[in-house]
Amino acid sequence: MIQLRRLTLALPILLAAPALAQPASNGPLLAQACLGCHGPGAAGQDGVPAIAGRPAPELVAQMTAFRANERPGTIMGRIARGYTPEEITAVAAYLAQAR
Amino acid sequence: MTFTTRRALLGAAPALMAAPALAQNQGQARLVVVGGGFGGASAARFARMTYPWLDVTLIEPKTRFVTCPYGNLVLAGTRRLEQISHGYDGLRARGVNVVHDWVAGIDPAARSLRLRGGATVAYDRLILSPGIALRWDALPGYDEAASEIFPHAWVPGEGAQTTLLRRQIEALPEGGVVGLAIPDNPFRCPPGPYERISMIAAHLKRHNPRAKILAFDAKNAFSKQGLFQDAWGELYPGMIEWVPASQDGRITRVDPGAREFESEFGTRHKVDVGNVIPPQSAARIAIEAGLANAGGWVPVDPLTFEARQATGIHVIGDANVAPPMPKSGYVANSTAKQAVASVAALLRGEAPPAAPVYFNTCYSHVGEDYGISVVGVFRPNPDGSGFVETPQSGGVSPRGNHPEQRRLEALYADAWYASITRDMFG
Repeated sequence: MIQLRRLTLALPILLAAPALAQPASNGPLLAQACLGCHGPGAAGQDGVPAIAGRPAPELVAQMTAFRANERPGTIMGRIARGYTPEEITAVAAYLAQAR
Repeated sequence: MTFTTRRALLGAAPALMAAPALAQNQGQARLVVVGGGFGGASAARFARMTYPWLDVTLIEPKTRFVTCPYGNLVLAGTRRLEQISHGYDGLRARGVNVVHDWVAGIDPAARSLRLRGGATVAYDRLILSPGIALRWDALPGYDEAASEIFPHAWVPGEGAQTTLLRRQIEALPEGGVVGLAIPDNPFRCPPGPYERISMIAAHLKRHNPRAKILAFDAKNAFSKQGLFQDAWGELYPGMIEWVPASQDGRITRVDPGAREFESEFGTRHKVDVGNVIPPQSAARIAIEAGLANAGGWVPVDPLTFEARQATGIHVIGDANVAPPMPKSGYVANSTAKQAVASVAALLRGEAPPAAPVYFNTCYSHVGEDYGISVVGVFRPNPDGSGFVETPQSGGVSPRGNHPEQRRLEALYADAWYASITRDMFG
């Protein structure tokens, strides 16, 4: 189950990854938006894939591709374009350590 | 919350923290949530899971919550009412003190509520998620008694209105007319009336294919309009007529006895089944507490959702004023979490979380294996006066021939329903 308090553990790891944008500070709250479709704990729901526990760089790559319209999808492109690279990085960092 | 206020709060933190503690059970700060729907249930659950030091009480009159979303599928006969009804045991198991009672009055100065059952409930912060009221005075001929003949089925209550409309549609004479009266903005669930038209059509196509749906609208445009109208032409050719305000679609009087709608220019329309979705306002509790504006909705701070008219009372969900965000379940869920995080910060003498992003996705079913959606990503605007949609983002599903997308969106709509109701009640 996702808990906000864990973020402090994830941030140092994330900051060490040079390919990623500087994360926004409110990743845990931003990531709450995912749960309405991807299920509690972002563990997936009825065909909507699990996104918790995926490596942060993978999530960032996917969201960046959705954002640039490089990756086909039903609604994720429309969603990804609503977030800055910093916000995407923060959400990915949070989801990566959530389980 | 301005920077000045923030600093003042930080400076005053020890005093602020000490005072409420004297009045609290086990020294816990008390959050009271009123209304156990998309906003309130989400808030109570999120508060207990994220801020275990909060004492959370949820006050909700009903022991079962029937969702508005998927009510249209009950009308279509593809869901049963039990499948869209939810209890509060999951929240109790998470430590939420669930009280089934009505709030008789709020005393913002004393920070307490009076319940109809007689109890007084004190709070340090109050989150109101009371939903909407139907304005029984707004459409001549349409009062509560009239809704027994022309159901609204827009505030589900315990489901009687939805069941009534379903029965009427099942009993529609062969080749009969279903009329809908659809209100002007703002109202709960902007795509809802059009999903409803679609789901009624899906039922009629199978069971009463010569029947007609006449949808009278007080507006000239609606949510996902192109997608809906494309689908109606494709799936239900000749069955649905949508009448915009510019073509005398605004219903200004109804006569349930004669089964007639009367439109703005005096034309009378005979219907066999009438679904009247009347104009709405914030629920009465918010208006009686003096929180609403002249239009009947509650202005709020876009960062904390604290009502402009009262400190310590945060108003989320359909009752507040938050354009361009829609009055939707997902917005209620998303904003509930920022409101709770703000409440938690303020109770600790900290600044509320900065730079929030509010999220909405509304799926609509328009036919079997045929779903469409609108996405919105919103933020407080820079001057804190309201909300703004993030440029170049969101929007509706692509128009045109996209059968796989339609099938997937129908599937994802069902996943959304399962997922968000778990995020409320699980």
